[in-house]
Amino acid sequence: MIEVQHLTKRYGRVTAVDDVSFRVERGEILGFLGPNGAGKTTTMRILTGYMPATEGRATVAGYDVFDKPIEAKRRTGYLPETPPLYPDMTVREYLDFVARIKGVSSAERAARVDAVMRRTHVDDMASRHCGKLSKGYRQRVGLAQALLHNPEVLILDEPTAGLDPKQIIETRDLIRGLAGDHTIILSTHILPEVSQTCQRVVIINKGRVVAVDTPDNLTARLRGAETLYVEVDARGQDVAAALARIPGVTRVGHADQRHDSGAYEVESERGHDVRRDIAREIVTSGWGLLELRPMRMSLEEVFLQVTTEEPAPGEPDARDGGLAPGEPEDRLEGRPSNA
Amino acid sequence: MRNVIAIANKELRSYFSSPMAYIIIGFFALPFGVFFYLYVDFFVRQSMQMPDMGGGALNVNQQVIRNVLQNAAVIILFIMPMITMRTYSEEKRSGTIELLLTSPVTDVEIILGKFFGALGLYVVMLLVTLLYIAILFVYGNPEWRPLVACYLGLLLMGGSFLSIGLLISSTTNNQIVAGIISFIVFLMLWIVGWFADTAGPVMGAVTRYMSITEHFDDFSKGIIDTKHIIYYLSLITLGLFLTAKSVDSERWRG
Repeated sequence: MIEVQHLTKRYGRVTAVDDVSFRVERGEILGFLGPNGAGKTTTMRILTGYMPATEGRATVAGYDVFDKPIEAKRRTGYLPETPPLYPDMTVREYLDFVARIKGVSSAERAARVDAVMRRTHVDDMASRHCGKLSKGYRQRVGLAQALLHNPEVLILDEPTAGLDPKQIIETRDLIRGLAGDHTIILSTHILPEVSQTCQRVVIINKGRVVAVDTPDNLTARLRGAETLYVEVDARGQDVAAALARIPGVTRVGHADQRHDSGAYEVESERGHDVRRDIAREIVTSGWGLLELRPMRMSLEEVFLQVTTEEPAPGEPDARDGGLAPGEPEDRLEGRPSNA
Repeated sequence: MRNVIAIANKELRSYFSSPMAYIIIGFFALPFGVFFYLYVDFFVRQSMQMPDMGGGALNVNQQVIRNVLQNAAVIILFIMPMITMRTYSEEKRSGTIELLLTSPVTDVEIILGKFFGALGLYVVMLLVTLLYIAILFVYGNPEWRPLVACYLGLLLMGGSFLSIGLLISSTTNNQIVAGIISFIVFLMLWIVGWFADTAGPVMGAVTRYMSITEHFDDFSKGIIDTKHIIYYLSLITLGLFLTAKSVDSERWRG
């Protein structure tokens, strides 16, 4: 449905998108993941025909976005990073105008506008001026605008940015409900969003695709070793040495900085479950087993891993303020964007 | 065509849903009224003295309408930047240009839509001035044919200003900058004609030809000369063409 081949975009000497290729099948939701400034918006702008690529080809619904822009645009709905609203129009006037320029026939225009407003839950604001809407409503009117002409392809640039948690859930449900009839690309830097909404993920960093896979596979593939978190109540004892002797355990490290709390990270060979052995060892030694759980690598860690793997020489940090290393994963959800 | 109408409609509505249209129309109608009053007053005094001097009847078209509209042409020059300054720059600043450029409409349709939207507001401005002219018809008997020529001239001259203003607005995302540059450019296009008499024969002809307001002179006399129509139409086309180029180059530069 969407095919991107060797797409490159340069602004002067800056390369924003560098040889990006990927495919999206019909009815699929593809997550476009990357730190701020990675080239997500630029790629989306090329796909929607807002700007041409320097090199490479992109086809949307079978039409080349450069050679057949009108045909491609007819089949694409686009929600830009900032919803493109006219402040002095009411929501209904605005959607009516968008329906006109998107080529919705006059016979079905009013019905389409109503249907889309209900679907995105903005119908209670129909006669409010767009300039007076809250951020959440602006975002949803932007989404309504993208759905108006019932496009085959939806390109959503950070569709949940600026929404409150309840609205985020509603929007994700809405997007999931749209899949099947529509092919969707959505960009985000909020990681749980990807694992909850998308079937496939493209991770992009500094304009390059660094990984393409399903969220589950990505997590599994990059996990490498199985890691367990073990907390033991055994003051003064050499727990680490005892754990390291267990067959299958490859490495034992302290789980915190102080090295004296009794919390350990135990890595084992892949596919070798050592939890029973660890529990037995601790109990038979007469220590107290306080906690034992697998440390599954979250998509966040995968993301950090792939986006920081090979920092270019002279560049101290690849993550342009996107995510801080070592930050606990649960704190990242719903984190406000820096964009 | 449908897209052009939709965009023109939206442009026109956005002028009238903000105070902009009313300020512009008021700003135009007020000095127009002052000029109208002064010239009518002068005309009435003159025609009362005329029998004493032994002359015939005076011509309302020549003495009042022509003079008023020539002055109006200068006011129009001051007002046009206010109409065009936001057309593109505001869309670029607020990001709504992204909606237009990713919709299944061509650049030319967007430009024509914006041009005709601005022209629509200008036509409303001109319609308001017809109220003054109507007074002349009630109390006098001006000829309507030269009047048609006058208004055709005003329309073409205004269209030329609008297309140049659109071009300037498409080059910046700051509407104040667009307004000021447009104003300076329009001013130059007006005063360049002042040098026509003092510059040499060749330069004089060139500067006279370049001046936008100079070409309005014949229209104000009630003469429709294809030379001037072609001048204005080619200026409008040039402005719109360059706007299309400017929008396109903006695309490539990102």
